[in-house]
Amino acid sequence: MKRFIEKFRNEKIRNPKQPAYEEIPTRPIPRESSLTQQEPSPPQPEPPQLIVGCAQSAGKQRDHNEDALFTLTTTLVNDYNDITFGLYIVADGMGGHQHGEVASSIAIRTMASSIVRKLYTPLLSPKPNPPEESLLEIMQEGVQEAHRAITKQVPGGGTTLTAALILGNQMTIAHVGDSRAYLIENGSQIEALTRDHSLVNRLVELGQITTDEAAVHPQRNVLYRALGQGEPFDADINSIQMPESGYLLLCSDGLWSVVNESELQRLVKESSSPEEACQRMVEAANAAGGPDNISAILIRLPG
Amino acid sequence: MPGQQLEPGISLANRYLIQEVIGVGGMGAVYRARDLHFPNVVKLVAVKEMINQARDPLVRSTIVRNFEREANLLATLDHPSIPRIYDYFSHNERSYLILEFINGKDLEAILNETYGFIPQEKIVYWTVELCDVLHYLHSHKPEPIIFRDMKPSNVMINQRDHVILIDFGIAKTFQAGQRGTMIGTEGYSPPEQYRGEAGHLADIYALGATIHHLLTKRDPRLEPPFSFGERPIIPINPSVSPEMEKVVFRSLQYNPQDRYSTALEMKDALLAVIKKTGMLPPEPAGSPAAVSAQQVIKPLWEFACEDEIRGSPAFSSGTVYVGSYDNNMYAVKSSNGDFLWKYPTDGGIVSKPVVYDGNIYFGSEDRRLHVINARLGQINWTYYTDGPVRSSPCIAESHVFIGSDDGNMHAVNTLSGRRAWQLDAGAPVRSTPMVEHEYVYFGTEAGELYCVDFSSKVRWRYKAKRAITSSPVVHKGNVYFTSMDATLYALDAKTGWVVWRYRLGKASISTPCIAEDTIFIGAADGKITAVDIRTGKDIWSFATEHQVTGSPAIYADSLYCGSVDGHLYCLEYRTGRLRWKFRTNGPITGTPIAVDGVVYIGSNDHRLYALSA
Repeated sequence: MKRFIEKFRNEKIRNPKQPAYEEIPTRPIPRESSLTQQEPSPPQPEPPQLIVGCAQSAGKQRDHNEDALFTLTTTLVNDYNDITFGLYIVADGMGGHQHGEVASSIAIRTMASSIVRKLYTPLLSPKPNPPEESLLEIMQEGVQEAHRAITKQVPGGGTTLTAALILGNQMTIAHVGDSRAYLIENGSQIEALTRDHSLVNRLVELGQITTDEAAVHPQRNVLYRALGQGEPFDADINSIQMPESGYLLLCSDGLWSVVNESELQRLVKESSSPEEACQRMVEAANAAGGPDNISAILIRLPG
Repeated sequence: MPGQQLEPGISLANRYLIQEVIGVGGMGAVYRARDLHFPNVVKLVAVKEMINQARDPLVRSTIVRNFEREANLLATLDHPSIPRIYDYFSHNERSYLILEFINGKDLEAILNETYGFIPQEKIVYWTVELCDVLHYLHSHKPEPIIFRDMKPSNVMINQRDHVILIDFGIAKTFQAGQRGTMIGTEGYSPPEQYRGEAGHLADIYALGATIHHLLTKRDPRLEPPFSFGERPIIPINPSVSPEMEKVVFRSLQYNPQDRYSTALEMKDALLAVIKKTGMLPPEPAGSPAAVSAQQVIKPLWEFACEDEIRGSPAFSSGTVYVGSYDNNMYAVKSSNGDFLWKYPTDGGIVSKPVVYDGNIYFGSEDRRLHVINARLGQINWTYYTDGPVRSSPCIAESHVFIGSDDGNMHAVNTLSGRRAWQLDAGAPVRSTPMVEHEYVYFGTEAGELYCVDFSSKVRWRYKAKRAITSSPVVHKGNVYFTSMDATLYALDAKTGWVVWRYRLGKASISTPCIAEDTIFIGAADGKITAVDIRTGKDIWSFATEHQVTGSPAIYADSLYCGSVDGHLYCLEYRTGRLRWKFRTNGPITGTPIAVDGVVYIGSNDHRLYALSA
C-alpha cells in the first residue's frame, strides 16, 4: 500500500503532463524499484559466477589412480539475463574389476559430452531455445549413456558417478555409488546431498549396524548400485534450488572416509579460495594414511 | 553381448536347427531350435548358449565347471516345474545346453505387458506352484538345492498357466576384489546372501521379493536393498487382500528365522489366503475398516444452495464463502452453517472467492469480477471483462489478478477498481494466477504457461501440448502445474526451463498441493498421486472411482480430496492409506478447505458440507 502510493507519486512527478488524477494508470511495483533501502550485503563478484577448484591424488597406498573428475564452468552475460552453467563430475572406478580407471574415464567423458550436446550447445545458438526435455531427463539420459558405454566397452567394469549440473538457479544432482555431494552453507552447516549406494550404508539405515561398525565393516566397499553394473539400472537424480550462497563439494570416498565432515567444513571455511581448500582437503586425506584415490571438486556458489 | 549370435538356419551338432533368439543373457543367448532327429514331427528345443570369453585360465575353468554343474543338476531333477535337459556339449569357446522348450512367457515380460495390475488370484496360484517346486529342490537328497536366483525373469508361465523355473545356471563369475563385488540379483536377494550364507530361507525371501514386485509393479532392483517394508503393498495396489500382504511380508523378514521355515509352510499360508478370500475379486478401493468408518462420518452441518457447487469454498473469520451455479455467492457461519447473506450475480460461479481487506473478490459467468463487502454482502465495485470469468482472483501489491474467457489476464487496482493493464494471452484463461517475486504465473486453454512481470511484460512462456486449466503453484523457486496433456510439470520459475515432468495416467486440471517437499495431485484417471518434489517420482497413488478435478488439501497429517465419484476422501498423506470417505449425492469438482479441525467441501448435489477433520 505504502509502496503503491510512493510509486504513484513518483510517476506523477515524472509525468507532469498526465491529465486527471483518476486517469493515471497504476501497476504493481517491482520491489527493487521501491524506495526502501536494501540491507548492505558483502561484496560479490559481478556478474554472479561460479568459482571452482579441484584436486586429486592417487593416495599413499595405491599405485594407480582409478578416480576421474571433470569440471566445466561457464558464464554467459548479455543484456537480457545472465546464465550460469556449470557441470561437475566425480567418478571412482571399481578396483578389483578390470579397468576401473577405464570405466571412470568413460563415465565422465560420456556424461559430459551428452550434457554439453543437449543442454549447453543449444544455449549458445543464435536463438536459444530451451530443450524439449527436462533437466532431470537430460541428466538421466547422460547417466544411461555412460552406463551403456561402460557395459559395452568394459563389460564387467563399474564406477561410481556423482554429477552436479548448475543451470541458472537449478542445481541437479545425478548419483550412483558412494562418491558424495555436500552442500556447505556459509561456515555453519554441511549436508550430504547424496545417499551412498553401499551395503553398509543400507545396513546402517536399517539399524542393523552402527556407523562406527560400518567404518570398519569388512564389506564396507560393497556397492549395491554402480555404473556399468546391473540391469535395469537407475540413478538417483534430483533437483534443488541453488542456495543463496555457500559451497558445493563433490568427492570420492578416498576423501570422505578418512576426513570427517566437520573437518571438511573447517578446511573450506579457512581457505581463501576453492583451489586452496581442495589442495588442503587432499593433503588431509593423505595425512590420514591416504588409503584410496582422492578426488575433490569445490564450487563456490554465486550470491 | 559378447560374441556373435547364431544365425537362424545354422544347425548345431548336425541336429539342432536354430530358428530364432528367444532370450539374451550375460554370457550368451537362448535360442529356439528344431530337433532334426525327429524329421516327421516338429520337436522344438531350447538351446542355451554360453560363450566363455574369460582370458584368465582359472576363471575360464570355473565358468565351464558351473555350466557343467547346471547340466548335471538338471539331469538329476524331475519335476513338472523344472525344464528337462536332453543334451550338453561344447564347441570351441561355446558350450550348449539342450533343454525342453517352454512355450510361454516369463513373468518379467508378463509384468511389462500388463496394463494395470496382474490379478491377485493369478499371482497366488503361481506362488503356490513356486512353493511346490522350491520345496522339491529344498528336500533334494543328499544335499538340498538352493535355487538362489528367484526373480520374475527366471519364472516362465506356459500356455496352460503353469510355472516353470528356468536358469539353474549358478554360473555367476565372482571376481574377488577390494570393492564392488555385486552378488546375486540385487533387489531380490536376502540380506544373508551378502554374508555368503544363503540357505533355503534365502529362496523364501527372493520368492517374497518376486511376489512383491508382481503385486506392486515396483522393481526392487531400482530401490535400495531390503526396502520392501517401506513399500506396503495395499496403498500401491488396493486390490490386494490384507492376508496376502501379510504372507508376502512374512517371507521378506530381515532375519531368516522370522520367515516361513519352509516353502511348504508358505504354501499353506497361501492356501489359507485362497480359502479366506474365496478367490472372489477383492473389494474395490477401501478396506472393510474404512467402510465401517464411513458410516460413522456424519457432517457437522450442511447447507443447501439452489444449484450445483462446482467451485471451492473460502474461509475467513468464522465465515465460509462459496459460489454456486444458482448465480449466488453465499456467506455461511462456519460454526453451525447458518445462512448469513447471499449476493446474486448474473451467472454461475465457479471462481473461488478471495477475502482481502474486508472484501470478497470472485468471478462469475456474467463476465464480471465482483467485489463485495465480506460482512454485509453488499456490492463495492465490479469490473467487466469480455468473457465468463472462471479463473479465481489472486491479490498482491494492491492489485487483483484474474483471468477471463476473453483471453486476457487482467490486473485491476483494488483501491480504484480500475484496470492497471490487461495482457492478451491468446486463449481463455481459466487457470488462477499466482504471484511470486513480482512475477505473475498463469496457464491458458491454448496450453501456454505465462510468466509476466508487474508491468505486463512477458518474461517467459512455456508451451505444453494441451490446455493448462490447472493453476500454477510456485514453491522454492519452481513452478508446478498440470496440463490436459496428462503431465505434471516442474519448471524453473525464473527461466521457464523444465526441471522435470511427471507422466499422469490421464489429463489433469487439478492444481498441485504441496506439503513437506511432496506434491499431491489429482487426474482424470481418478487417481490422487503424491510426487517427490526433488526427484519428480511418485511416492504413492490412491485410486478413486471417478475423475479427480479438484485439488487435494493438507491439514494436520491428512489429505482431503474430492472426486467426481461423489466422495470426499481423507487419506494419511505420507502413505496414501485411506482413513475415511464421505459420500455426497453428486460429483465433487472443487477443492476442500480445512480450518480449525473442520473441513468444508461443496458438491454438485447443491450442498456445502462441514465435516470434522
